[in-house]
Amino acid sequence: MTCRETTSGNAKYGRAIHNERPRKQAMNAIEIRDLVKDYGSFRAVKAISFEVREGEVFGLIGPNGAGKTTTLRIIATLLRVTSGTVTVLGKDLRTEPQEVRKILSYLPEDAGAYKNLTGTEYLEFIANFFATGAKAEAIVKKGVDIAALADRIDDKVDTYSKGMTRRLLVARALMTDPKLAILDELTSGLDVINAQEIRRMVKDISTRGMTVLLSSHNMLEVELMCDRIALIDDGRIVELGTPEELKAKYGASNIEEVFTRAVKA
Amino acid sequence: MSSLTNIVKKEFKELLTKSTIIPVILMALLFGYMGTMIGDIEEEVMAKPLVGVVDLDDGIMSDMACHVFNTSAVLVYNGTDVDAGLSEVKEGGGVALIVLPANFSSNILDGSRGYVDVYWIMEGAGMLDSVSSASVDALLRSMSHEIASYLVSETGVADPALVFTPVERLDTTIFKDKEMEGISPDFIISVLSAQSFTVPFIIMMITIMAGGMVISSMGLEKENKTLETLLTLPVSRRSIVSGKLVASALVGLVMAGIYMIGFNYYMTSLEMSAEMDLSQYGLDLGPVDYLLVGVSVFVSLLAALSMCMVLGTYAKNYKSAQTLTMPITLLVIIPMFITMFKDFSTLPTALQVLLFAIPFSHPMMAMRELMFDNYVMVLGGIAYVTVFALVMIAVTVWIFNTDRLLTGSTKGIGLAKLFGKRK
Repeated sequence: MTCRETTSGNAKYGRAIHNERPRKQAMNAIEIRDLVKDYGSFRAVKAISFEVREGEVFGLIGPNGAGKTTTLRIIATLLRVTSGTVTVLGKDLRTEPQEVRKILSYLPEDAGAYKNLTGTEYLEFIANFFATGAKAEAIVKKGVDIAALADRIDDKVDTYSKGMTRRLLVARALMTDPKLAILDELTSGLDVINAQEIRRMVKDISTRGMTVLLSSHNMLEVELMCDRIALIDDGRIVELGTPEELKAKYGASNIEEVFTRAVKA
Repeated sequence: MSSLTNIVKKEFKELLTKSTIIPVILMALLFGYMGTMIGDIEEEVMAKPLVGVVDLDDGIMSDMACHVFNTSAVLVYNGTDVDAGLSEVKEGGGVALIVLPANFSSNILDGSRGYVDVYWIMEGAGMLDSVSSASVDALLRSMSHEIASYLVSETGVADPALVFTPVERLDTTIFKDKEMEGISPDFIISVLSAQSFTVPFIIMMITIMAGGMVISSMGLEKENKTLETLLTLPVSRRSIVSGKLVASALVGLVMAGIYMIGFNYYMTSLEMSAEMDLSQYGLDLGPVDYLLVGVSVFVSLLAALSMCMVLGTYAKNYKSAQTLTMPITLLVIIPMFITMFKDFSTLPTALQVLLFAIPFSHPMMAMRELMFDNYVMVLGGIAYVTVFALVMIAVTVWIFNTDRLLTGSTKGIGLAKLFGKRK
């Protein structure tokens, strides 16, 4: 597990500032500077700035409508930037979106899979965008292992339960060994045991270099998994730090309390 | 507000949307137009036909015929020069030039059958274009009737066959600079009727089938929440658009093919036995013509599919995707009806503009136009539809590069960013 760091944690209502990790000279996986996103006249994201370091599990939390999903979608190359800059492992989203897509994997909260394909066919469909021949087969094999759906992997997705579909989608997101995984509500629809297993798997992969940007309403999951957390509210980053720092700052026993107090403040 | 009123109010809001009302209004306008067109045809039937008469006989029978023509038709030419008569009839918008030959009266009075040469000026090969020639047919029947009455009263019934049919006509049809001896416009139209009906119908089926595929595909991507994942994969937007277009076109063609087989059996069962080979009149298609028809169908299908892709971006789910096929359905049904019943050249200018502007009209008209060597119309149509399709594909790729697919809005996206800062 990545060591927790000490940050200044004084990012309230403005640009988030934090220190480099002392233990290694990792480059930033994500660098966001003054990011603004407008939907017509509505400003959903208001000049936010933060960095996510390589190999880090970074949590982006906030109340509904705070701008979390918009931020995730921008980093995932789905939405255009209104102003500001976003780079993923040194690649600018505006100028190199296709390059960024090669190294990231995005798991939306309510994602689905093609219902007329079997689980294996779905994984093959995705793998073929990343590799061909034996390499693609290896990716699919890895996906099948992660999904752990046994024989049901060869059944049509249409017959899967919500939890099975989620496992397939998690497998799809992780099997390509992305350098950046953007996971929105990672364990949505999974029971406790499956959720634990998936969390453990993601955490394990992150120790091998994969950066994870995680968004969740499950504060326990955030606290368990994240090295650092940014709290976004009304389109602005209002807190950023390690779980311990944030708990200490608010005198809270868990992140849920931090969340409640920070948002109500 | 009572519970019932509350529910009714909610249902109205859900059911009466723009997408449900606009197609109905357009359909009503289409029926309105068709009603007007049928009304015009009734007027055409009731009106006296415009004909020219060349009387080279100047005998008792030709006088009788001319009396009928003067009474029941409007003569745009009445003289003795066939070429001048043809020219006058063409310029005057006439339907036919009736030539009474020099021996017309003597033949009939000698107990032989009289002949008239009828030069038909054919304007169009649509099903309703035969209406004007039907009035001339009626005119010639009146003439025969008058002569038959005269024969019965003056000479008795020596030869019943002659009395029943004292005059036969020798038809020559002039259509789009082709002079075809021995056939009437009615015959050409009846032989072409299967083609007039089948080709537009097949084009309609292909367009609606394949178009529906594309729109449904977009609706399903959104409903199943697979679109976001697809758009974050390392594949260009252009490839996504092309992939959807190609797959939908192929599936649409297969499905349309299945319908065509069934429809062909249906049409075959209705076909009349009187088939005639029109190739002897130059009314056939060569390999180049078939190639042009194929190209016309292909670019039209491409235009339809790319247009459906644009519409598909508005689909929120599978259900709304079904509603969005209505504009395409209307755009393909309108030219289908028009080209079935009327020829492009016989339409009012406003309708010609409308028909040309609808990209799906061109493959419907291509075969008939090529049959009469109207290459300008076909090549112009192909060029127009190609440009239309390319513009639609460009618009689709642009939409795929904007936020519209996910947010339903392109606000704040400048045209300067058009076509691809993102690939």
